[in-house]
Amino acid sequence: MNLPEKQITILAGHYGTGKTEFAVNLAIAMARDGRKTALADLDIINPYFRSCERSRELEKAGVKVYMTSGRGKADIPALPPDIASLFIDHSRQSVIDLGGDPAGARVLGFYEPQLEEADFDFWFVINRNRPENATVGKTVHYLRQTQAMSRQDLTGIVNNTHLGRETTADDILRGDEFAAQVARAAGLPLIYTVGERRFEQALKGQLKGPFFPIDIYMIKPWELSSEEGGHFAWLLEE
Amino acid sequence: MAKELWKGNEAIAEAAIRAGCRCYFGYPITPQSEIPEYMSLHMPEAGGVFLQSESEIAAINMVYGASGAGARVMTSSSSPGISLKQEGISYMCGAELPGVIVNVMRGGPGLGTIQPAQGDYYQATRGGGNGDYRLIVFAPANIQEVVDLMQEAFELADKYRMPVMMLLDGMIGQMMEPVEWKRPALSPEDLPAKPWATTGTKGERRPNIINSLFINPDACNDHNRHLEEKYQRVIENEQRYEINDADEAEVLFVAYGTPARLARAAARLLGEEGIKAGVFRPITVWPYPYEALHEAASKESVRAVVTVEMSTGQMVDDVRIGVNGIKPVSFVGQAGGVIPTPREVADAARKALGR
Repeated sequence: MNLPEKQITILAGHYGTGKTEFAVNLAIAMARDGRKTALADLDIINPYFRSCERSRELEKAGVKVYMTSGRGKADIPALPPDIASLFIDHSRQSVIDLGGDPAGARVLGFYEPQLEEADFDFWFVINRNRPENATVGKTVHYLRQTQAMSRQDLTGIVNNTHLGRETTADDILRGDEFAAQVARAAGLPLIYTVGERRFEQALKGQLKGPFFPIDIYMIKPWELSSEEGGHFAWLLEE
Repeated sequence: MAKELWKGNEAIAEAAIRAGCRCYFGYPITPQSEIPEYMSLHMPEAGGVFLQSESEIAAINMVYGASGAGARVMTSSSSPGISLKQEGISYMCGAELPGVIVNVMRGGPGLGTIQPAQGDYYQATRGGGNGDYRLIVFAPANIQEVVDLMQEAFELADKYRMPVMMLLDGMIGQMMEPVEWKRPALSPEDLPAKPWATTGTKGERRPNIINSLFINPDACNDHNRHLEEKYQRVIENEQRYEINDADEAEVLFVAYGTPARLARAAARLLGEEGIKAGVFRPITVWPYPYEALHEAASKESVRAVVTVEMSTGQMVDDVRIGVNGIKPVSFVGQAGGVIPTPREVADAARKALGR
């Protein structure tokens, strides 16, 4: 699995695809690879389950975190001006986590002048188990809407097919096959197939997309327990 | 059918359409705006009506009108918006009109916060509007239960001719979980007839009247007695609850919605220390399962009852009524959009046990 080469990686997708989970994992993987990394949570759609909720974990891994106003909890969030530094700071690689839906991708329109100069990838995250991603046709429709709203062309597909805690290796395999079809239909490369680290062995040699192993960071409040807390021990300490 | 991943709010909307609901009236507010958003897209596909009203007050009165005309109808909002609907809800109860009202609760009072909370418990179970009335109030704790209860909500609303409220905290509305669609989807033609509805006499019967005005106090008193008899039937037949791991439990948590899941996580933490904890979860918060709670609390092993809420303590009143002094009742919670941690809940249990 190769980590992103471009200076900026932008992630879009329907909500529930797990794009935020992937964004957090991608940024941490890049930082652990020794790169200067930033993550920008530019979700203007949803005030719940946001990547900036994991700021402390991200910062601990060395990732600089940018977020919308009100620490992501505002009903109508604003985009602070410091976010624009992402496009200028060439010493740092950045991951941009957009809000769910084509509406969430609209925020890129604001940065159109900066993006004209920037070296970036724009990936579309899909989860076959989400009703809005249930067919290739529906998914490609969403993908095109996302391009229209963001005024940018997508450059790749990321398969993150999952069923939350009930995910099986089979779900990921079926999602991988589906994502390959979507990628073909959209004329885009399949960048990764994402799955929890525990599935790595079971899926070896069977996937069309390079496997990107993740840990679950976007846990629910009741999933904080001494055994499951793991790297969230700090949350329990507070 | 294979499981799909659904967001709570979307699942509510889809479940309503599958329950044969073809009228949605509402006004957007975080954290439930995905409900009208989903309805705006999918209700027209089902041949139904989606209407974004000019206000929450207008929406609930549209529900009143559509229900009076015999439609299976719903509205949804979040806390401040539900406050605005209280007059309409009281009128629906007075006029004996079925309908489903979804409240995805956020922090209050006033505009409060858009993060999850349970501060509307009194309003939902004691009535935020005027007069002697009740709502059946379902409080699901996971998305599968949301979906399963939604159809039941419409059925009970029709059966008793009264509004049913789905009371969720913002976390249940916003989170994603796997869902299986167990029941076949209904179309309006599958629904039971409503001979009382104002569907037009066609010259064949006397006009039906939908009204909550009774000028004569004796008539109004009779009407109240009639409603009270109905509410008694609901109390006798419609209580729902769930008990987890209460055998030999030293501490019994009582919680609904998200705090029930926090309580289960706390029970696991306590279990690691050798303290047995059970969770009593009301699924209907009106009618409240007082007797079942009393029975669970009366077990010899239970030394403390701990209520967990995302409020400053509202359901704890019902817990005290149910437990009725046989065991000590204490409370742990956070309000205003803050979610207690399982550890905080476990600490409260230890304190209640004197450890």
